Amino acid sequence: MTKDEIKSAIIKEILEIAPDIEESEIENDKNIQRSLEIDSFDFLKILTAMNAQVGIEVPEADYSQVDTVEHMVEYFLKRLE
Amino acid sequence: MSQFLMPSLGADMESAILMEWMVKEGDTVTKGQVIAEVETSKGVIEIEVFEDGIVEKLLVEPETECAVGMPLAIIKAGADNTLKAMKKIETQTIVKHNADTSKIEPDKQKKIIEAKEDNIEQEERIKISPVARKRAQELGVDITKLDSKKDVIHLSQIEALGTIKVKAPEAAEKKEETKERDGMRQAIAAAMSRSNTEIPHYYLSTSINMTPALEYLKELNKKRSIEERILPIAMLVRAVVLALKEVPELNGFWQENGHRMSKEIHPGIAIALRKGGLITPALLDAQNMDMYSTMEFLSDLITRTRLGKLRSSEMTKQTITITNLGDLGVESVYGVIYPPQLAIIGFGAIVNAPWAEGDALCVRKVMQATLAGDHRATDGRIGAQFLDKINKFLQNPQELL
Repeated sequence: MTKDEIKSAIIKEILEIAPDIEESEIENDKNIQRSLEIDSFDFLKILTAMNAQVGIEVPEADYSQVDTVEHMVEYFLKRLE
Repeated sequence: MSQFLMPSLGADMESAILMEWMVKEGDTVTKGQVIAEVETSKGVIEIEVFEDGIVEKLLVEPETECAVGMPLAIIKAGADNTLKAMKKIETQTIVKHNADTSKIEPDKQKKIIEAKEDNIEQEERIKISPVARKRAQELGVDITKLDSKKDVIHLSQIEALGTIKVKAPEAAEKKEETKERDGMRQAIAAAMSRSNTEIPHYYLSTSINMTPALEYLKELNKKRSIEERILPIAMLVRAVVLALKEVPELNGFWQENGHRMSKEIHPGIAIALRKGGLITPALLDAQNMDMYSTMEFLSDLITRTRLGKLRSSEMTKQTITITNLGDLGVESVYGVIYPPQLAIIGFGAIVNAPWAEGDALCVRKVMQATLAGDHRATDGRIGAQFLDKINKFLQNPQELL
């Protein structure tokens, strides 16, 4: 997967899990949970869905490294290489 | 033999649209079985029967707007099955049915008729509620082009299409949104006004050291796959349920000037909706769950709340409320009890805070747990015992499994 593919996969999952969010509201460098009011359940669902796509489980200890869309893309990219 | 009536699914609900029957005449039904889907301002709700029996007669057609209390079906209980008795009730039902319909305000009746005519106009019959059809017109969604594999088209699908693909004129959309939100806003307003007028609240708060529980959960989750991961909120709900088993006085209702405790524990979980408003569906029979199933059922409940797909029992059977505003960074929640319940428990954010252990000062993950209790039913002593139990369970998290 390329960087852009991972990014669009993340955005697609966010929109699917929180259907009342508009794509334009998602900002790459903002905290996903806080800026979009994604609760801990929905955040876990996003990570579960991403695991199904890229085969990488984000352990709880690494949550601070996937707090924004940008960071999450980098996190997966680094581990896919 | 009994009539199955349109249940009230919230203080504000005057009527709902019966979308689809899940049973047919002659079917055997068991207590708790979903027999129909109705559409309300809170989404599609599956309604359940309260007793075992046989569906004798379905009294209303799908896509009919039905007032609360209107008979929807006749359910024959096991023993009583003489034809005569059945006929008698049937006649009564029809009379009552008419009476009930006439009770609906004139403009509402007009709406029902309009909706019916609307349905007839459609050549190829598409299963869609009048509300959804109206919304489709406003948003310019062509319902004939919707996925025909789906049995019934729900309002949420129309709205999803409306917002994603077809942008309606701003004004119309805004107006409709305000109206929908108003329904829920009015319900919350009515319940909370009643609560503050009738219920003498007392409030208690305690700081809980969450480090042991979070460390325990971290170790537990390391061994589990991402699908099975347990969130702190599941542990908190579990602690509440176990504490209620030991302090049952807070679980139940204040009804007819009396304190009625409930054996079953159905905690209502407050779920804020991003569009505004709040739903507190019940996690039914939580007393029978362990920590793993608490997480599983909680996750399912939250997903269905967001999809607008809850059951009638989940909307009506709450025996206590749990509200968690921690995700939003709030430290203490002083709740308003949802009548006729006896208490509401609030959990705040888990934050790093100074904590004294023995003579040493250290930093721990600390959370405020609060309780608002109905002083008619219980005193501060009971509330204090309850918060103390929660704290004890969270200090010994292995007991939560």
